Amino acid sequence: MNLSIATRYFPRTIAITLVVLLYSPVHCVAVEIGELTATIRNIGPKGEGHVAAQQAWKSLAAQPVSELVAVLDGFHGANQLATNWLRGAVDAIAQTALNESISLPENELQAFVIEHDNAPLARLTAYEWLLRVNPKLKESLLPHFLNDSSLELRRDAVESLLQKAKLSVSDSQPETVIDAYRTALNHARDLDQIDEATKQITDLGGKVDLPRHFGFLLDWHVIAPFDNTNAKGLDVDYSPEQEANRLIDSDATHEGKIPNLKWKSTASEERFGIVDFNGIYPDKYKGAIAYAHTTFESSSAQNVQLRLGCINANKIWLNGKLLTRNNVYHANMMIDQYIVNAPLKKGTNRILLKIAQNEQEESWAQRWEFQLRVCDTNGTAVLAIDR
Amino acid sequence: MTHRIKLLTITALLLTLSPQVTAEDWNGFRGPQGNPVSSSQLPLEWDVEKGTNIGWKSKLPGRGVSGPIVVGNRVFVTASGGVNQQRLYVLCFDVTSGKQLWRRDFWATGRTYSHPTSANAAPTPVSDGKLIFAFYSSNDLICLDLDGNLKWYRGLAHDYPKAGNDVGMAASPVVAGNVVIVQIENQGDSFACAIDKNSGLEVWRKPRDPRANWSSPTTYTHHNGAPTVILQSGSGLNAFDADTGASIWDLGLSCGTVCSPLVVNNALYVTSGGITKLDLNSSAEKPKVIWAVNKLNANGASPVVLGDNFYALAGAIAKGANSNTGEILWQLRLKGRFWATPILADQHLYFINQDGLVQIVELDGDGDSQAASIVSVIDMGEPILGTPAAADNALFIRSDKHLWKVTNTTKVK
Repeated sequence: MNLSIATRYFPRTIAITLVVLLYSPVHCVAVEIGELTATIRNIGPKGEGHVAAQQAWKSLAAQPVSELVAVLDGFHGANQLATNWLRGAVDAIAQTALNESISLPENELQAFVIEHDNAPLARLTAYEWLLRVNPKLKESLLPHFLNDSSLELRRDAVESLLQKAKLSVSDSQPETVIDAYRTALNHARDLDQIDEATKQITDLGGKVDLPRHFGFLLDWHVIAPFDNTNAKGLDVDYSPEQEANRLIDSDATHEGKIPNLKWKSTASEERFGIVDFNGIYPDKYKGAIAYAHTTFESSSAQNVQLRLGCINANKIWLNGKLLTRNNVYHANMMIDQYIVNAPLKKGTNRILLKIAQNEQEESWAQRWEFQLRVCDTNGTAVLAIDR
Repeated sequence: MTHRIKLLTITALLLTLSPQVTAEDWNGFRGPQGNPVSSSQLPLEWDVEKGTNIGWKSKLPGRGVSGPIVVGNRVFVTASGGVNQQRLYVLCFDVTSGKQLWRRDFWATGRTYSHPTSANAAPTPVSDGKLIFAFYSSNDLICLDLDGNLKWYRGLAHDYPKAGNDVGMAASPVVAGNVVIVQIENQGDSFACAIDKNSGLEVWRKPRDPRANWSSPTTYTHHNGAPTVILQSGSGLNAFDADTGASIWDLGLSCGTVCSPLVVNNALYVTSGGITKLDLNSSAEKPKVIWAVNKLNANGASPVVLGDNFYALAGAIAKGANSNTGEILWQLRLKGRFWATPILADQHLYFINQDGLVQIVELDGDGDSQAASIVSVIDMGEPILGTPAAADNALFIRSDKHLWKVTNTTKVK
């Protein structure tokens, strides 16, 4: 075909091709799957969208296994609820195929897994089905996951690094092994893996700054006790709350459960940044409120997460704005227990915590403490510019 | 009342509450009647090392303290895994062979933390014979058909974000009328609600006191014919019409927050200081106390009743009592700490402590002349906190890592 013929017939060719594509079964299936997954993505809270989603799910789960990746594509933009509906459909399609001895589309699934633009939980789903049918693929896929936004995929990659570091102990210099463990540590986001890498590094003579790795804030000004008799104090606006968005005055006195309270500075030396009020105030006040204040110098305006671990009722303010309130006493404490999104401004940000102790007398109800870190949505520490 | 009439009454009640459940099924926490009594012939001896009387054993993908349930020829169990117990599993096995028929994976949408001995998969699932309702400490409620097809998925902590207890929640759901009912009592968003079985939509929701509670709801048919759910807590004892949520009665009786209420023959047994028995037969506005005995108690495992006999476990002390009077007839010291509710089958109580030690107590006689003695002790070798299921002449035990079928595989001489 010469150029003039091509030019003459090109628009018509495109038109015919489009018509053929529009009415081809393949296109219809793709359109249909897109509509079905969109219907499921419309699921909202409190059962919103259930009726339509139930119909869509039936059609989706009946798709041939060749459409598995198209269904996985539908995870993109799905909320937590819709993601679970879609996962159920993928599992049903894949299980049906395996029951009928039909192979999964391994090559397409692999390509889907290593493409980081795809939804993290869809990639994880694809990965798990790939490993069910072909466990040998794991080694080749793991290097793609070291900086993964899917923390479960990242975990497998870090686990592999930890194993390799462990195996290298017998035939490598300690510095080399430490480097291997440090690489694992730098990518690890799960506490048990961070603990394991830290232990091995320190056993080999290396050092790890754990609070820095997590982004725990260590330096605080604290003031206590304010009244929390009968657990009534959490929503009482005591005077330190006036300082939620300004520089605290260390010389000023406040009237609390006892008179003439002043802010005092404290620095946590605990490995996970725990600030223990019972250690700071030996009277171990009960029915009492403590405040903790700190500043965070941010290099830019950025969205981060404040992650609090606290066994007492608590509130968090950022730059004077209340971010969260948790009226829960003595129901466990762990890292990242309460997570809130926090918009930092460039420069000085002020963080105020209110930590409320009640009057329970049981031995397990005496702790009065917290830990707070600043990180991104993957749990990667965000550090202040002056740290 | 003869045993035959009792059995017919129980069967009629069962059919009213869950039309698809058969007498052989063990469809939820403490079985189809909410009273863990089974007509199965269960073995008195087995050996996990030698495999004696072990029908099969299947590894689970995650942990859990939920009990298994049996519907037809299938056994279902939940599990949770992942670093923070965020992975939710529902598994289905063939009762006969132990073959895993299907597995479904989901991600928790609520709080997943718990005490190390517990797990996100703490509540026992429930079935109406056609659908499975799997519930988790994270307040995710999943409805699947028996073949694993998703009917709906609700994240109740997604809807009410302060719902949760980082020590772990454990109340098992129940099915009554056209709804599945969950009791979500904690220091945050505290409520009980009924979800339509077929649509997954909320039918009613009742605010509850914001205090931790692990007690499961139970059901009975009110004398006006309404399928009724009973909720107990430290703040009181309530009955609601299961289909409408209308209050049927409200008793200001402070109850225990771990054990669950028990209804047998229109009598209600609750922990309240000791054990209190209430009359549900009367047309009085509120149930009347029949007896209350402080020296009888239950603080982990829930009680069991058969005929004129009542059984409860407080700490490691098992007690048998006259169910008509509360008079204590016998007591027996067992070993260990208990969370699993005992199963009663063929004059034997099967107690399993949290270390996985099964202690089988033989009941000699009935009524006031009953005595009890330990006749068998079997180490399962793994922690067990979930209540077993009994069906098909087998005991289905969920340990920390495995699901077991224990049955008479050897001929009894």
